[in-house]
Amino acid sequence: MSNDIRIKKGLDIKLKGEAEKTSEKAIVSNFYTLRPEDFHGVIPKLISKVGTKVKAGEPVFFDKSNETIKFTSPVSGEVLEISRGEKRKILAIKIQADKEQTYQDYGKFDVNAADSEAIKSHLLASGCWPFVKQRPYDVIANPDKAPKAIFISGYASAPLAADLDFTLQGKEAELQEAITALGKLTEGKVHVSVGKNGTSPLAGLTGVTLHNVSGPHPSGNVGTQINKIDPVNKGEVVWTVNPQDLVIIGELLLTGKFNAERIVALVGSSVEKPRYFVTKIGSEVATIVYDKGIAKDSHDRIISGNVLSGKQIKPDGHLDYYSNVISIIPEGDDYEFFGWNKPIFNKISTSRAFTFSWLTPKKAYDLNTNTNGEHRAFVTTGTYEEVFPLDIYPMQVLKACLYKDLDEMEALGMYEVAPEDFALTEFVCVSKQPHQKIIREGLDLMLKEIG
Amino acid sequence: MGLKESLHNFKEKNKDKKWLPAFSAIHTFLYLPNETTHNGTHIKVADDLKRTMNTVIMAMVPCLIFGMFNAGYQHNIQVGEAQAAAGSFFSSEFWTMANFMIGFWKILPLVIVSYGVGLGIEFIFAIIKGHEVEEGYLVTGMLVPLIVPVDIPLWMLAVAVIFGVVIGKEVFGGTGMNILNPALTIRAFLFFAYPTWMSGDKVWVEGAVERTNEIVGGANLDAISGETILGSLAQGKEAGYEVMDMFLGFIPGSIGETSTLLILLGGLFLVFAKIGSWRIMLSSALGAIVMGLIFNQVVDSGWITESSKFYGLMSTTWWHHLLIGGFAFGTVFMATDPVTASQTNKGKWIYGFLVGFISILIRVFNPAYPEGVMLAILLMNVFAPTIDHYVVQGNVKQRMKRLKAKTA
Repeated sequence: MSNDIRIKKGLDIKLKGEAEKTSEKAIVSNFYTLRPEDFHGVIPKLISKVGTKVKAGEPVFFDKSNETIKFTSPVSGEVLEISRGEKRKILAIKIQADKEQTYQDYGKFDVNAADSEAIKSHLLASGCWPFVKQRPYDVIANPDKAPKAIFISGYASAPLAADLDFTLQGKEAELQEAITALGKLTEGKVHVSVGKNGTSPLAGLTGVTLHNVSGPHPSGNVGTQINKIDPVNKGEVVWTVNPQDLVIIGELLLTGKFNAERIVALVGSSVEKPRYFVTKIGSEVATIVYDKGIAKDSHDRIISGNVLSGKQIKPDGHLDYYSNVISIIPEGDDYEFFGWNKPIFNKISTSRAFTFSWLTPKKAYDLNTNTNGEHRAFVTTGTYEEVFPLDIYPMQVLKACLYKDLDEMEALGMYEVAPEDFALTEFVCVSKQPHQKIIREGLDLMLKEIG
Repeated sequence: MGLKESLHNFKEKNKDKKWLPAFSAIHTFLYLPNETTHNGTHIKVADDLKRTMNTVIMAMVPCLIFGMFNAGYQHNIQVGEAQAAAGSFFSSEFWTMANFMIGFWKILPLVIVSYGVGLGIEFIFAIIKGHEVEEGYLVTGMLVPLIVPVDIPLWMLAVAVIFGVVIGKEVFGGTGMNILNPALTIRAFLFFAYPTWMSGDKVWVEGAVERTNEIVGGANLDAISGETILGSLAQGKEAGYEVMDMFLGFIPGSIGETSTLLILLGGLFLVFAKIGSWRIMLSSALGAIVMGLIFNQVVDSGWITESSKFYGLMSTTWWHHLLIGGFAFGTVFMATDPVTASQTNKGKWIYGFLVGFISILIRVFNPAYPEGVMLAILLMNVFAPTIDHYVVQGNVKQRMKRLKAKTA
């Protein structure tokens, strides 16, 4: 059975530096880093100390508010350093990898025979749980509350996103195992979306409700699909999982090993040869970005994630826990003479106010990180709605978050959204407002006040 | 060291000075700033508020230039130095240097005063409140000279601009926070504070007031009539102009409001550029047409007679209402102000329709002054948040219904 989801409102941002569909093994990273900030809202409690030897898949810390949620090491090695910030907040846990990798053996798991409780505790113990996120609030799923449905988007529409049809190739067995397991955790359906014109390995799975997605970004965002398929109401919970993480879950169930391996796309206009790498969660990005990528001292921005919602990282930084793409674009910290009123041909715009990107809809652009203007109050109207397919009033929600009216935030649909759903409205915002940050802070407030 | 580097160094050196926003305003006017994104989207669209505002100003420039020619033309035609230029937009009687220079020297000071005073206040408030100078006044400053009579004394304009910007905008928190359109607030202030300079049959043609005073003083001259079409119609007289002249703009009126043709082109440009809301423009025109048709129907059914003081304007053919007075200008450039209009797409339809509808209503029934666009837009500015509230409540109710269907 399959259903069509056609998205009309949105914007495909075409950028230079799309990854060529070849993958190679990245140089093995010596150090791996877990950053608690990747897991929004989690307060880490350490299990290991500096000097502790860990195996791949062995827990390193757990969530203080829910001790069953464990976070495991992507590799075997020794905990080298725990860096802390203000109020001793843990910023990063650095692990020096062994030459020979050893894995914590969780044992083969018979999914078909197991009940939901057994599956849940297996995933929690093995560190696979953080891959399962929930809406509302866009945080790691609360294992105690069963979801009404589970959503998996196998279609990536974000600019320069890794092509999931390519990175998931040959992983059918793992995907199927993970889906079967997750399917037992919900009374509802497991919704899987694939690109309408793609050949996704997800399309052939059993036990799922398949949706064919077409249309411009954000059609591939799981939030858009939830809104079109089965929106979240007050009091309800849905779970979302990235398909690349299903592979890790599936492998754990099949072999008993937590294998943090992941195919990551290196993309962006600054990259000499954009392509795919096989690497591991938490690797140093230096192992990837300098090989036919960028020059050592180049003035570029390295982003773990896509250019709309990813995190800026330093050249000595690490791949974050959820990303499957590293984007590198030029920094734009330069002035432009009369940049605000001269005709513009080399940047993207949704207006036609002496901007001419509407003439060349197929052209790929080389955008930098300049904001193209300063932060202002909300002035223009109607621009967000053009790129926002959810049945929600975007500006009104943003304003409700700014003035912290919980009732209004709830009524206007905050339970349904995640910050990434507001990435496009932030991109097109003439007033250069930080939409994703506003929504994140709004969600945090609701989580704290309403729970 | 180039200009770019010296300005950058100057900015860095004076980072913590209170007056920095004033410098930044000029700096960012010359150069798009070197600001980069942080976390969030790492790339941004090319447009900023300056570009948006500038596009609106560009759309008004033809009206401004036409207004300069028209000011001189209306004067010269009254004093007998020009022939009527009926029928053709490119009439050689209209586009003369003599016409232009009269208008130019009358209107340029208005533009300078409007921008000088208005931006001065913006700068002061930006420094006091410690934020950047926002661009809202760029459009207001251009609108103001276009919606006043040509002979308005400069000091009155300055007083009105101070009132409009401080009370109409800054007390609400500045650009983006105001309830009423600042340009119309300025005009409304003039209208109520100095009615003799804003209405009547003397002020709409350059030199008419002066000439009247000279005649009163005993000079043997022909009076200049400064009557607008609406004024004539309200008194039950003939319009006195061909429809084509109304459309092209060879008629007396506020400086920029006369040429429906150029306003229409400006409006089409704004719609094409996706800056102006076509929903508001279209629905406002629809509203005006509906009201015009209703009045025509009233006259046709014989419910009022020619003796009624409303007969003149009520019997005006419905579509002429779109061409005369400030309707076109108000609809295209003032009702569409995104801050004070409705903000939801559905709301824009309702808001626009009511602007047009009430404009014509007030135009016909206003006993003192036969024009209603200004008051209609200000009234709807006040109601726009209410309209939006109900539109948004519709969305909220749908969400509630979904929840109920689930739990039932």
